[in-house]
Amino acid sequence: MRHSTKWRMVALAAVVGLIVAACGGGETEGAPAPAEGGGEAACSSVDSVKVQLQWFAQAQFAGYYVAKDKGFYADECLEVEILEGGVDIVPQQVLATGGAEFGIAWVPKALVSREAGANIVNIAQVFERSGTLMVSWADTGITHPRDWAGKKVGNWGFGNEYELLAAIEKFDVPDVELVAQDFTMNALLNREIDAAQAMIYNEYAQVLEAVNPDTGELYQPEDLNVIDFNDPEIATAMLQDAIWVEEGWIADEANQDIAVRFLRATFRGWIYCLDNFDDCVGVVLDNGSALGESHQQWQLNEILALIFPATNGIGVMNEALWDQTVEVATSQIPDLQGVTIPDSAYRTDLAEKAVADLQAEGLDTKGAGYTKRTITLREGGE
Amino acid sequence: MTDAPEVVSTASRRSPRVRRVVGFLGVLAVVVVAWELYKVVGEALGGVVPGTELRLRPPPNDRFMPHTWDVVLQLFQPVRRNGELTVLLLAKAAMFTLREALVGFVVGGVIGFGLGVAFVRSTLAERAFMPYVVASQTVPIIAIAPMVVVWGGQLDVPQWLSVAIIAAYLTFFPVTINTVRGLRSPAPTAVEMMRSYAATPSQVLWKLQVPAALPYIFTALKVSATASVIGAIVGELPAGFRDGLGRALLEFSQQFNVKKLMAAVLMSALAGILFVAAVTWFEHRLVAGDHRREG
Repeated sequence: MRHSTKWRMVALAAVVGLIVAACGGGETEGAPAPAEGGGEAACSSVDSVKVQLQWFAQAQFAGYYVAKDKGFYADECLEVEILEGGVDIVPQQVLATGGAEFGIAWVPKALVSREAGANIVNIAQVFERSGTLMVSWADTGITHPRDWAGKKVGNWGFGNEYELLAAIEKFDVPDVELVAQDFTMNALLNREIDAAQAMIYNEYAQVLEAVNPDTGELYQPEDLNVIDFNDPEIATAMLQDAIWVEEGWIADEANQDIAVRFLRATFRGWIYCLDNFDDCVGVVLDNGSALGESHQQWQLNEILALIFPATNGIGVMNEALWDQTVEVATSQIPDLQGVTIPDSAYRTDLAEKAVADLQAEGLDTKGAGYTKRTITLREGGE
Repeated sequence: MTDAPEVVSTASRRSPRVRRVVGFLGVLAVVVVAWELYKVVGEALGGVVPGTELRLRPPPNDRFMPHTWDVVLQLFQPVRRNGELTVLLLAKAAMFTLREALVGFVVGGVIGFGLGVAFVRSTLAERAFMPYVVASQTVPIIAIAPMVVVWGGQLDVPQWLSVAIIAAYLTFFPVTINTVRGLRSPAPTAVEMMRSYAATPSQVLWKLQVPAALPYIFTALKVSATASVIGAIVGELPAGFRDGLGRALLEFSQQFNVKKLMAAVLMSALAGILFVAAVTWFEHRLVAGDHRREG
């Protein structure tokens, strides 16, 4: 009896010890890393803000991570917490419920959220081009939306399909069999569908990171045909990654000042990536230990091409593309049909101010000379 | 003379353990052979069901079904070029996830036990709350998880705690059900005898009902141990955690790197097994000891 009591005490002690260890360990994670910039000394006060991403750390968000890790936010007297996205996390909702000051979202999805009652405003259109492609095997000869006639065309749904639907409508393509596609490129690789939806910075690269069983080498760009919605002949592209804020929050002048500082530092981060490509990839890899190196190089290269050249300077809305996005959105998205999107859904003054300040410093905010590098992908994006 | 029974007893104690290990390895061998056989035969058939155009699912190629040894080798290769070993990354992730699972398990276990006691004490409470307890488990955890994470974020609850709450949500139910069952397991005559000696309700509970319920509760705890690991992994998905098995599983599946994905699945399974083994260890200390004492 004494024996069993002793064991009970041991067991109890062990359980308590584990819980204490678990709780203690969990609390340490929130400690913010000190910024490197050293600008904080000049700050009379530091504003803490959060930015909600749509997904995990990857080169798609390089500008924010670089601005944080290189101390650009700290130089602007900002302490920025980058909230990584996850499954079922919608940045627009996080913004609307006050969970973050800044949120990154695609324009059409944000417009749907606005219509559903989220009072959010686009303050910077970071990506000027759409990253969505329709990819098919070169031997199927699909080079134009018209060639989808009678073919199986994959799409992800969930609001990612409107550029495709608009292109089908625009060219009056008959008998397109729309097929639900998972988030991988397997259906295309197995030739179960004729065309697949792919982001140029993710899924398209995944195909090029797969081994062609016939050659034993990786698939090459020549093996694939690509239809780009940005192509002026097709022109159903919709604007993607933009920075959004809540209307009530940005009405406050002090918050407008915070927003300009946030944009200035973020844009500085993106411009830094133009000149310091490898360093920038390194920052992304530091923030996601399971990411593949060559895949992130590919991604940053393509993401920069979605931003630069930036017609009006990085983040300043290209009105023609906004109008195109709204036109496609209000004709294709069931929730937005017949809806008038007010011009107040975006503002350019904050981004313009940030760009003007950076230009005054002599930074290249338009990146007019940006050309893509040649990236060598390795199997699995390693 | 004294040696003989000693030898027999060690042998009899050891042989079930040996048998268990042999059994475990045997099943593992069968799974590995079946996996590799499917690949060999499938590839020989050109990836289709013979005589038809129907594709074999999953396709027997290396992209979808890597060799079992390649999965094991992957564990000891860097997770990315010049990065840390996959096994190290996954072990750290498993520790992170187990921590959330453990907190959730303890919280869920305590709540589950408390509800069980309340239900046995008061039939009214049981009638009133049991339907809700059952209903709570029919709501898919993937529907609850994002809500808990978002609400937790608004209340400034640390995110790992939100995830632990999700783990607790999966944990408490089996404990409640089995606690009720276990507390009611002593013979009514035993309860009456306790009462006839003027035992207070709490004495009946702690001296008679709880010891009798322990085997039931431990059965539930073993179910809950695996459920809490699942809860923690699922809870990590909307939380956007950098560490943790949930993130590793998502990241590898998004990269469609089946080797790494299978490696992460192995580590998740190992985490679950470890947790159940720990519960079993406590069970042996607490329950088997009791039985020995009674015997």
